[in-house]
Amino acid sequence: MIDVLVAGGGNAALCAALMAREAGASVLLLEASPREWRGGNSQHTRNLRCMHDAPQDVLVDAYPEEEYWQDLLKVTGGATDEKLARLVIRASSTCRPWMISHGVHFQPSLSGALHTARTNAFFMGGGKALVNAYYRSAGRLGVEVHYDTPIDRLELRDGRFVAALSGSRRFAAKTCVLAAGGFESNREWLREAWGVNARGEWPADNFLIRGTRFNTGTLLRFMIDAGADTIGDPTQAHMVAIDARAPLYDGGICTRIDCVSLGVVVNRDAERFYDEGEDFWPKRYAIWGRLVAQQPGQIAYSIIDAKAVGRFMPPVFPGTTAQSLPELARALALDERRFMQTLEAYNAACRPGTFDHTALDDCRTEGLTPSKTHWALPIDTPPFCAYPVRPGVTFTYLGLKVDETAAVRFSGKPSPNLFVAGEMMAGNVLGKGYTAGVGMSIGTAFGRIAGAQAAAAARAIQRETVDA
Amino acid sequence: MHDLERLAQEAAANVGGTTPAAMTPNEAEVARVLQICNACRYCEGFCAVFPAMTRRLAFGKNDVNYLANLCHNCGACLHACQYAPPHEFMVNVPQSMAKVRVETYVEYAWPRALGTLYRRNGVTLSVALALSLALFLLLAAARNGPAWGEPAQGGFYAIFPHNLMVALFAPVFLFAILALGIGAARFWRNERAGPVSGAALGEAAAAAATLKYLDGGHRDGCNDEDDRFTQRRRVFHQFAFHGFLFCFAATCVATLYHYALGQPAPYGFLSLPKLLGIVGGVSMVIGSLGLFRLNLRRHPAHHDPAQRSMDRGFMALLLLTAASGLVLMLAHDTAALPPLLCLHLGAVMAFFATMPYSKFAHGVYRGVALLKWSVERRQPSRLQLTED
Repeated sequence: MIDVLVAGGGNAALCAALMAREAGASVLLLEASPREWRGGNSQHTRNLRCMHDAPQDVLVDAYPEEEYWQDLLKVTGGATDEKLARLVIRASSTCRPWMISHGVHFQPSLSGALHTARTNAFFMGGGKALVNAYYRSAGRLGVEVHYDTPIDRLELRDGRFVAALSGSRRFAAKTCVLAAGGFESNREWLREAWGVNARGEWPADNFLIRGTRFNTGTLLRFMIDAGADTIGDPTQAHMVAIDARAPLYDGGICTRIDCVSLGVVVNRDAERFYDEGEDFWPKRYAIWGRLVAQQPGQIAYSIIDAKAVGRFMPPVFPGTTAQSLPELARALALDERRFMQTLEAYNAACRPGTFDHTALDDCRTEGLTPSKTHWALPIDTPPFCAYPVRPGVTFTYLGLKVDETAAVRFSGKPSPNLFVAGEMMAGNVLGKGYTAGVGMSIGTAFGRIAGAQAAAAARAIQRETVDA
Repeated sequence: MHDLERLAQEAAANVGGTTPAAMTPNEAEVARVLQICNACRYCEGFCAVFPAMTRRLAFGKNDVNYLANLCHNCGACLHACQYAPPHEFMVNVPQSMAKVRVETYVEYAWPRALGTLYRRNGVTLSVALALSLALFLLLAAARNGPAWGEPAQGGFYAIFPHNLMVALFAPVFLFAILALGIGAARFWRNERAGPVSGAALGEAAAAAATLKYLDGGHRDGCNDEDDRFTQRRRVFHQFAFHGFLFCFAATCVATLYHYALGQPAPYGFLSLPKLLGIVGGVSMVIGSLGLFRLNLRRHPAHHDPAQRSMDRGFMALLLLTAASGLVLMLAHDTAALPPLLCLHLGAVMAFFATMPYSKFAHGVYRGVALLKWSVERRQPSRLQLTED
């Protein structure tokens, strides 16, 4: 019988499989997707948020545990578990040599992402290169991999894992690691979670999914129904405002719109709804998905003028351009009169200052609601340009509750042979909000723990069998 | 400020979705792909193409031509690409670049009309080889030399006197150098990168000599049949490339011996021309055989299938040139000398004659592109992008 069955094929699953195999266990990894789509959301990632006390190969300065913890505390608003969070943070400082030994290459921050040079180690080639490296290493070490094998349900007996079922196929194993992702690609579930708003809309109908179409949450739902302890709110997710023209799935990084802080954002009623210059964009991009989700029609438009061009990352789709603001309003099919009122009120409220996009500058509005507190320059230089944005879900936070062993729990009692890692339990650390690279830190830390725990549990079961 | 305005205009033209009319469909495809890459940038660490891309917001014909020739077709960015097929964005940088690259060989060829020789390059090389062979066989016959049998005295020169060989090869070789030089100069001028410094020149030369951009950025090498990195292509290319340089050096040294020292061929096995020639010839055989085998096994998505005859034809000609030279040396004292000599000289002549119209030209345009990059990256960027 297989020692360790791994359900899933992304970063956390691969970390678990590799750790278990290295501990001497026989490992079978079941990936729901075909080979060319393997890796789940990990194929869209690009870095790992790393604690370090001194400069390292690709990381400058230091990013001590306490600062990392405070950053996490801030973005989650306290919706985190300090013990598990600190475990992840510490693991992030020691896991990279292991990753490198499995073929992952690191590089310094990408151009245009220099703000993360201190905190995040980038994967050369991005997450798909990392996933490829792990699959190659898994192949070399003798991990068996089956693609096109989504698991529908498990056979459980008194909180113990017995077997996994994929259609008519049954995979029995001594232990199991669940790392099959969140439920972001399950539209029905998203609809159910978000419900109907006061306008009678189903907001989730207008969400785009930034990642894989294979994260349908089938196993997560099964485990919840089977009575596993859960954590988190089903509406909480890593959710950013992305180009409304992005594909429904797998739009990934390139559908981001990075000019929000350089202009204004209006909703379908041509009204502003939030301070676009509240803070640096890297610290704010993760709130804009929810902000747009709360707007009518779940759509908004990021408006800039010629002064912003060349100052933000080039978007993948061309914007709508016009030589005048009324023309832009018409091109966007927005109420022209209302649009001009909004823009004129904003332009009139901009106070003179010294524009500096690299600092929290003194260009702000006065007497405007909502105000724009930094980088507020009048939008007055043609050509004008607009990008439509919608909520883009990266991954959901509702997950299975764990302790530091990554064991699945039933009414507070840990399972002896069923473990969970990655998005299926990230909500333990990340109850809401997001900060770049922390998803991979959680997936790597808990993937490795789950793999080691599963291998140890398989050995224990082996001994019991022999003794009996 | 002026620069920024110009940039804004360029970008405005770009966001308006206008494609410069002069672009071919393959160039437009590269521009489309780079627009996606420029919004992603995950591959920045692999090679020079992506850092060069990030200095631009829009991709016109000249940018596309430059970046296509800067691409070494290592394959790393395809295997790492989250937008590669079956993704609907259908991003395949190596293949789209390869398709443009051959178009640039056609377009920058001199005389321009001969650029069409790239269209059916296998045929071009075969015809060149057949004609060259016929030339030497006919010449040998016309000079009443023996078709088979050891010449009495004087070795090669008894069949083809030194001056005759110089008269045949020098014009063809000089023409090839001229044609390649004009192509390279036109390619250099299409978009001036900036002033050339010694540092830039040295860096570009080192990148070319070491095939730096086949190292994957992490020094594990490039991709062949799958997402694994190996040094094989780099190593075999080095054998072929440096083998060629050794053979060329052998010829130069021999010329020097002949004219400056008054020592005509043949030379002994331990003489400098012979040693250079042996090392070079053996290297070229190893290199061309290795590259040919890798080409056969290459992941199909890296390729432009239309270029197989150009790639494989060139490797075959390289192999024939080197192998016939080595065999000729070994068969120097046998009756097979005359036909072997005709074969070798025919191969060398075909190689030289097609240099500006064969895969050989890739080295020239790649070299220019590397120099452009070394120059360009020393210029301050016109952009002040902050992500996020």
